[in-house]
Amino acid sequence: MKMIINTELCQGHNRCYALAPDLVEIDDLGYASHKGDGTVPPGREEAAQLAADNCPEEAITIIAD
Amino acid sequence: MANTEPVEDWCTDYDIFDPGYIRDPFPIWDQLRGECPIAHSDRWSGSWLPTRYSDIHAIAHDPGTFSSDEITVAPLEGGPADGVKAPPITSDPPEHTWARRLILPAFAPRAVEAYRDYTVALCGELIDGFIDRGRADAASEYAQQIPPRVIAHLLGVPPEMSDEFTEWVRGVLELGLTDPEIRMKYRAILMDFLWAQVNDRKANPRDDLITRLLQSEVDGEPVPDTHVVGTCNLILIAGIDTTWSSIGAALWHLAQHPEDRARLVAEPELIPVAVEELLRAYSPVTMARVVTTDTEVGGCPMKQGDRVLMSFPAANRDPEVFPDADKVIIDRARNRHVAFGVGIHRCAGSNLARMEMQIALESWLERIPDFRLADPDSVTWAGGQVRGPRECEVVFT
Ligand code: HEM
Ligand code: SF4
Repeated sequence: MKMIINTELCQGHNRCYALAPDLVEIDDLGYASHKGDGTVPPGREEAAQLAADNCPEEAITIIAD
Repeated sequence: MANTEPVEDWCTDYDIFDPGYIRDPFPIWDQLRGECPIAHSDRWSGSWLPTRYSDIHAIAHDPGTFSSDEITVAPLEGGPADGVKAPPITSDPPEHTWARRLILPAFAPRAVEAYRDYTVALCGELIDGFIDRGRADAASEYAQQIPPRVIAHLLGVPPEMSDEFTEWVRGVLELGLTDPEIRMKYRAILMDFLWAQVNDRKANPRDDLITRLLQSEVDGEPVPDTHVVGTCNLILIAGIDTTWSSIGAALWHLAQHPEDRARLVAEPELIPVAVEELLRAYSPVTMARVVTTDTEVGGCPMKQGDRVLMSFPAANRDPEVFPDADKVIIDRARNRHVAFGVGIHRCAGSNLARMEMQIALESWLERIPDFRLADPDSVTWAGGQVRGPRECEVVFT
């Protein structure tokens, strides 16, 4: 599974960071991007899905394997 | 402009200052969403009121058509005469982009962590002040006391002045909304105070946000002083009534729901999720936009110059997006609420506000796990631009 953040859409609500801090990189302004290539480690699928489902900008896409 | 006749038809003549609407707007939004999802009223200079999540989401994402040049729900004739606006909240792109970048670093998640210990200590001291009494006004003695001190700390102005800040901000944003004289009076006090702070930092630079704003540059030029004053004014105003209203509404809810209280006491790690749900259910902030060119939203024709009220609170009660939208589900896991707005104007202070809310609830529940409203009828609410309880006496049980 991959969790991909579209940085064009992100407005820095930080809901994803609260729910899945290990999968998200936050810059100095508070905007988010996915860590690395977005691969979700085993056991973190639910957290990734919750991050996507709570983003008010719908900026997060989950790509199933 | 003002019209104090009772409302008979909410679809064509709503009044956001109607006492019934302020106390309990939820059934009105539900009715409007079903009957005329974009209502209109000539009251308070005239405006449209969309109540569907999808319409509010779409408008917030089209700042070209819906400008933030006028964001108050009841505008003053002619606007502020002193020429100071409140960037970035009153800015459209391209100014908005740089005005927002100037302040975002101070409010990013890591930056906000620096105020955590201060907030924990503050909440503890406030509770010390009333816990032995067995009762307290959760709104005025607790919720209201937290944000102005945190903001003062952040801006680098004396926290002892918190009560004055609160009075000024209520003068501008609450009492002054429907009374231009009060609004102008408090605006002038705020401006004098902020100009003095800015001039002081120019003479004696310090390690604080006001100094950093004064030292910033845009396109190689220093940011104008009027811009810095406007931004400080915004931070002071936007961070006080709003957060206080959210903390107060959360405690008002918990006072009446022992099952939610018990759950949060047993599982404090659930508090961040609960905070999002309480923000959704009792969103405090409604903003406005001005239409820049004739357009249509959900089949509703809008003309250039029309005003649109951005009822983020109504959007958050839309059953199309939130199952059981009218119920507080304290562990609601899927919650794309827009209490902090959505799009380019997403509340710059949202990380700070969330931290304050979480600590305020955590600290309270740790020491006062059981409490109820002293008298449900004595709770008073403010509304219009920012909705929240102003008096909310509770008894510890
Ligand atoms: C629970 C508390 C709060 C709520 C519900 C809230 C709500 C909002 C909303 C809905 C907006 C969007 C306005 C629009 O779309 O026109 C906004 C913008 C803003 N808020 Fe907050 N706010 C809160 C707390 C704070 C705090 C604590 C601060 C700062 C100290 C703050 C500073 C700002 C600023 C600077 C903007 C303008 C951002 C921009 O235009 O780019 N707010 N807020
Ligand atoms: S929740 Fe969405 S908008 Fe917010 S930081 Fe994450 S990706 Fe960005």
